[in-house]
Amino acid sequence: MLSRSRYRFRKAATTWLNYTVMILLACFFAFPIVFMIVSAIKTNETQITSDVGGLRAFVPYPLRFVPPVDRLDDAPAEIRNAYTGLGLQNFFDVFRRMPFGRFLWNSTVITTTTVGLGLLINSMAAYSLARIRWKGRDIVLAIIVALIIIPFEAVAIPLALLTSKLPRLGGGIGWHDTYIVQIIPFVADAFSIYLFYQFFIGLPKDLDEAALMDGASRWRIYWNIIVPNSRPVFATVAILKFLWTWGSYLWPLMVIRLPEYRPLTVAMQEFFGQYPRLWGDTLAFATMTTLPVLILFLAFQRWFIRSIAATGIQG
Amino acid sequence: MAWLMLAPAALGLMVFLAIPFFMAFQLSLTDTRLLSPNPPQFVGLDNYRQLLRVNIIRMEPLRDPVTGEVQRDEQGHVLYPRARTILRSNDRYEGLKELTQFNLLGRRYLVAAGDPTFWRGLLNNFYFAAVVVPVQSGFALLLALLINQRIRGVNLFRALYFMPVVVPMVVVSVIWFFLYNPGIGTINAFLKAISFGRLGPYNWLGDPKLAFPAIMALSIWQGVGFQMVIFLAGLQEIPGDLYEAAEVDGCSGIQKFFYITLPQLRNTTIFVVVATTILAFQLFTQVQVMTGGGPGEATMTTILHAVREGRYQLRAGYASAITVVFFLIVLVVSIIQRIAIREERAIA
Repeated sequence: MLSRSRYRFRKAATTWLNYTVMILLACFFAFPIVFMIVSAIKTNETQITSDVGGLRAFVPYPLRFVPPVDRLDDAPAEIRNAYTGLGLQNFFDVFRRMPFGRFLWNSTVITTTTVGLGLLINSMAAYSLARIRWKGRDIVLAIIVALIIIPFEAVAIPLALLTSKLPRLGGGIGWHDTYIVQIIPFVADAFSIYLFYQFFIGLPKDLDEAALMDGASRWRIYWNIIVPNSRPVFATVAILKFLWTWGSYLWPLMVIRLPEYRPLTVAMQEFFGQYPRLWGDTLAFATMTTLPVLILFLAFQRWFIRSIAATGIQG
Repeated sequence: MAWLMLAPAALGLMVFLAIPFFMAFQLSLTDTRLLSPNPPQFVGLDNYRQLLRVNIIRMEPLRDPVTGEVQRDEQGHVLYPRARTILRSNDRYEGLKELTQFNLLGRRYLVAAGDPTFWRGLLNNFYFAAVVVPVQSGFALLLALLINQRIRGVNLFRALYFMPVVVPMVVVSVIWFFLYNPGIGTINAFLKAISFGRLGPYNWLGDPKLAFPAIMALSIWQGVGFQMVIFLAGLQEIPGDLYEAAEVDGCSGIQKFFYITLPQLRNTTIFVVVATTILAFQLFTQVQVMTGGGPGEATMTTILHAVREGRYQLRAGYASAITVVFFLIVLVVSIIQRIAIREERAIA
């Protein structure tokens, strides 16, 4: 056995080593995000590109606030250098070069609608499967579980073809270049139903029974009893669907051509491909695309992590 | 009423998932083109024939027309005809294009395929899975073990390690594109700094040998937090008494890890491995944004090829064949998972 002081030394050393490793890892995971945000607030493009090869890439430098100026990137070098500092110049430029507000609105509308409708429709279906006995229920459940295996990419192309032939409200053929095509196909999804189902079957049966004896309808039971008692699973499904929809790229790339209905992800890539490729502007665009989901994450951390953990447990 | 509650979801799943799924099989047997005035024709397995066709052809060295001697270059290496010449010389090779060449036992062989891009993409997906699955899973387990400790600030670290997961992949791709910049990028600057100038600047995305590994690295960066959380949940389910009993028996930390932790994490590990493997085959966004499949198809992937064929070349029938093959691979992987987990339950 070690003497008391040797033991304490060992313990302190392990703790220090522990923290050092964890802090280094934290730097590894944070540095690209820090780089993005810090570069986005530097007003002078040359400052960004000269900082990037060193530690100053992660430091807001120089510490001088500069208000946005119109057409700064087109001005000659002396004027640009005079406006070196930190500020919202790049964000201003992004709005001038692109209808960013529209893209943000599109992503927001699409994501919130998909998540909202998805919560309602998938949970309703799961309730029907979990708490109501009806003929053929087991077969339907088995089919839905089987559908979980199908990855989205396996059906993307036929789905694109199918949606190009569907009729629109108010006449016209083809759902491409709308909000509808980015929302409706993704509202119902097998995995969400499965997550709801697993949770609902875990709720005590007496909740339903008591209400049924009082003559409540299935809908009332669902709405007034089951839903309020299922906050964890609603949070889980909401978060997973939100992350997936906000970052969705392949699908809008395939079915949206007009900028009016384009979401942030595709717009980001378009902007990135445009010349002149300015680091500051591009990273400002990237920051604005990430900020909503990042803020939600920081606010609801625990829920996010629980949601992901839940997918593992169900697997 | 039960039906009514199920109906919207059932309808959605049927119209937007089940039907396109079956359509994919049917489309793959036609030559459907998007926006084409011609009605699609049934072509049977032609798409698959073109897609999967591979011929390995033995190459005959160039010979002097008069003496019949084998021709060699200045260094003494045997000269062979160009692949294109060989493939044009015989009707049997119609439609084949060069994929690669290799030497075996003193002879040289030409591998020709109906769709070399498909094979390059598929091999890349396997390459990605072979590297990323063990590395990312191992890294995630390590992180989970670190986070599972009861020390101060562990929640902050957990949030930081998880943060990349919430950043959209398009954004991750753009940021790392800048970081990988050959001239001034942070990655090269970092390597230069820690090696005192010896590790020279690398053209990450422009070098066919480095581009795909570079993409693997950023995918691991983005994905490891997700798996860490799943492992963490698995770790926290392990009953504490197992560890206590081991302590009583005098087990060391390492023994506890190998005899308790790992076996208890079996199902979690299988889930993580399978999920990551499936994701390896879905690889699309990063390569599309950062390299477009290049340089020279070095970062091609199955789905990128399918999207190119379907959306840009408008060959919906052929693209469907590619996605059918992709689905079959995913199916096989999923089935293996189910069997592996069921075995465990049978034993327990």
